[in-house]
Amino acid sequence: MNASTAVVVAEVPRPSARRLSSFPAVPVAILVFMVLLALGADVLAPHNPEVGSLGMRFRPPAWQAGGSTTYLLGTDHLGRDVLSRLLFGARVSLVVGFTAVIVAGILGVTLGIVAGYLGGWVDEVIMRLTDTWLALPALTFAIFLAAVMGPSEMNIVIVLAAVYWTRYARVIRGEVLSLKEREFVRLAVIAGCSRLTIMRRHILPNVMNSAVVLATLMLGVVIVTEAALSFLGVGVPPPKPAWGLMLADGKRGLMAGYWWLTVLPGLCIMFLVLAANLLGDWLRVKLDPQLRQL
Amino acid sequence: MAEPLLELRGLSTHYVSAGGARVTRAVDDVSLTLERGRTLGIVGESGSGKSTLALSIMRLLPPAARAVGGEIRFEGEDLLRKSAVEMRRIRGKRIAMILQDPMASLNPLFTIGDQVAESLRVHEGASRPTAWTRARGLLEAVRISAPAARMTEFPHQMSGGMRQRIVGAIAVACEPRLLIADEPTTSLDLTIQAQYLSLLRDLQRQHDLAMIFITHNLGIVAKMCDAVAVMYAGRVVEAGPIRQIFNKPAHPYTRALLESVPRLTDDTHARLPAIEGQPPDPSAPPAGCAFHPRCPVVLERCREQAPPSVTVAAGQTARCWLHMP
Amino acid sequence: MKRFVLRRLGYALVSLALLSVTIFVFVRLTGDPALLLVEPGASKADVDAVRERFGLDRPLVVQYVRFVGGLVHGDFGQSFYYRTPVLELYLSRLPNSLLLAAVAMSFSLLIGIPTGVLAAVRVNSWLDRAGRIFALLGLSLPSFWIGLVLILFFSVYLGWLPSSGSGSVLHVLMPAFALGWYFAASHMRLTRSSMLDVLGAEYVKLARLKGLPERRVIAKHALKNALIPVLTLAGINLVIMINVAVVVETVFAWPGIGRLLYEGITFRDFPIVQATVLLGGSMIVFVNLLVDVLYGMIDPRIRYER
Repeated sequence: MNASTAVVVAEVPRPSARRLSSFPAVPVAILVFMVLLALGADVLAPHNPEVGSLGMRFRPPAWQAGGSTTYLLGTDHLGRDVLSRLLFGARVSLVVGFTAVIVAGILGVTLGIVAGYLGGWVDEVIMRLTDTWLALPALTFAIFLAAVMGPSEMNIVIVLAAVYWTRYARVIRGEVLSLKEREFVRLAVIAGCSRLTIMRRHILPNVMNSAVVLATLMLGVVIVTEAALSFLGVGVPPPKPAWGLMLADGKRGLMAGYWWLTVLPGLCIMFLVLAANLLGDWLRVKLDPQLRQL
Repeated sequence: MAEPLLELRGLSTHYVSAGGARVTRAVDDVSLTLERGRTLGIVGESGSGKSTLALSIMRLLPPAARAVGGEIRFEGEDLLRKSAVEMRRIRGKRIAMILQDPMASLNPLFTIGDQVAESLRVHEGASRPTAWTRARGLLEAVRISAPAARMTEFPHQMSGGMRQRIVGAIAVACEPRLLIADEPTTSLDLTIQAQYLSLLRDLQRQHDLAMIFITHNLGIVAKMCDAVAVMYAGRVVEAGPIRQIFNKPAHPYTRALLESVPRLTDDTHARLPAIEGQPPDPSAPPAGCAFHPRCPVVLERCREQAPPSVTVAAGQTARCWLHMP
Repeated sequence: MKRFVLRRLGYALVSLALLSVTIFVFVRLTGDPALLLVEPGASKADVDAVRERFGLDRPLVVQYVRFVGGLVHGDFGQSFYYRTPVLELYLSRLPNSLLLAAVAMSFSLLIGIPTGVLAAVRVNSWLDRAGRIFALLGLSLPSFWIGLVLILFFSVYLGWLPSSGSGSVLHVLMPAFALGWYFAASHMRLTRSSMLDVLGAEYVKLARLKGLPERRVIAKHALKNALIPVLTLAGINLVIMINVAVVVETVFAWPGIGRLLYEGITFRDFPIVQATVLLGGSMIVFVNLLVDVLYGMIDPRIRYER
């Protein structure tokens, strides 16, 4: 093929890429909506999410026979209001999700920069560790850590950060390796900047785009993992309202056909994760074309 | 008067960007003729539209490209009016094409025999054993040693030269009337190149094959072709019998090309050496004659108006204002 | 070649060593490891006995050497609950996990490859967009929730399939589908991009120039090449499936190693949890080694390919 075809073909923009780069209104709206619900849970929730009345067990949602407007989305096996638990559950998912993603990000970006910039044995040690941890099945590793540390919201964040920092480290290190050869970094070296200053002032700002993209893509993964851990009983401790925990409780009513206990928390997880993934995809195309193949 | 084997009449192929915002005239109003058994060379720099021209004839353009006008008359029929199925029966059967890169043209996962026999089976409905026997004969014809053993081997076990000969065998398998060779020797080294060219010439003689030979290399054109067409920015700026073009080039671009060939050094690898200035951006060629920014004898009207094609001598045409009265 | 294999082997060993160090350190980081190794509610004397038995009062280095020495001899400790060696338990559950993973893999390939091929062949069409949405859903829906919804639909409402347990073909369908769902999406994505790559290759162009019917160009010349990376990923994913099935196995009470891990958590049977992580990690290190070496072996051919 000669250059005319090659050149021109490359110039034809892919419609898909173009469509993706229009502003992702839907996922952003979902995320904002969820954040507002979580923030306003105290005001919006009609009932105490952790206390129920046993006389009101397994009430169906309001629109079904036997439902009442007191419990719009029904009640669970302890007679707790599902709507209130979903609202407070959003708070748990978002707080745990965002904190874990940020803590993992700080850890991973720092180690990635250090490994990439310093090179040598520091790099070797950090990357061997990263590779090994990446090889561990994430969920199993998280369960192990959670089992060692015991259940609490704080520990969940630590566990998730410990499991997921490696993803940042690997990508960021790769970027630093090429940044290191760039003119402005060399100039900074010649100007006598210390290595710490270079990493902080010159390298860090240039990897922030990738870090943000990764963090957004990771948000969905982390939220699903938290739900899985809570579902298995090593995540958020009961009676706290977490979506994964609600799904675990919902199993009690599953065979009886109490669908709202299973379907509703799952839909919440789905919408949140879907929104995070869509936003992440958009950011990736927008901010960091090199990350496309991730 | 017998009809020529292939006749292009005002062929234009354009690339259109998504949304139709940008149109690139990769092939622009090209008219050419090729007689049976003859060889036409097409020369030009990268980006001049040579390969797009070839793919237009095969009707295998990339999705963004369209043949927007003109005719491709092959054995009296306009290929642009053929249905997809009719066209498929022509490809590989009546018109064959050899690609630039022999390393990449063979499928790494199938045996040589399978790949050579495939066209025979598809186009002629030959049974597996028949196709296989004929494929072996073809390998012999392209001078592959121990063809029987090679049949069951895979492409990665062959050298580049052998692979290109196998691609040649595939091309002539169904006895096509026309063979288009798109820079078939660029990736081969010199001795292999010479062998391959002589092989192509033998095949041509044996099968009474017409050839379109696309190349950067004027040395090869001189050796292989009866006629030559020089392309620049999607247009044929000069065309005619080989002797006439080499002895009396009419277009300043052809002249520049010929002057820049290192004489008597038999370095057939030499690409077209640099001519003053940059080749034009195919998507935004200069107004008027596309060559005018680089032309040593540029006239005022060259900047404003594109010159039409004029007959400058018997069988020789050029697009240049210098030859207009 | 020999050096290449040795170097890969070295990496794998380093990974395994780091793996054991990781587990070893985490167990000790969070407090008294003896408390993890005794049954819940054990007496002070019991704790001391365990500390004595595992040498937990000795220096860390000695402890580590003992720990690794045990692992090398296949000693992953004794389950509190089952009172049998953990390795035995693990191996007895492994066939079930393999079965589940194999069926899930079949689902994921049967769904992922055709949709991926279609999306690539009709790139940017509505089919491609539908495929993209499907892939996004696959990556966004937690597998255990899919499992729960499947139970609700096929067991509770329709009564077609058993909701839990094992023993028949019907039992494996829902858990395998729930587990395979995510992987179907990832196989679809890879098939699509790999197919797009291959469709741009010169040999596909030549196949078209030969005048082959498009169907044959795609099914024969393109697909076979495009499947190489997909099947490689599938091989790795099979091992990953075995190790991430814990939630799905819990939902369906499928007696694999995921379920074993869940029992380990609920009965506070720590040796089981520890062994599952160690063996799962080792399995993945081993498969990565295998893939690396295999790729190294066919490398010359891949080099010629482009």
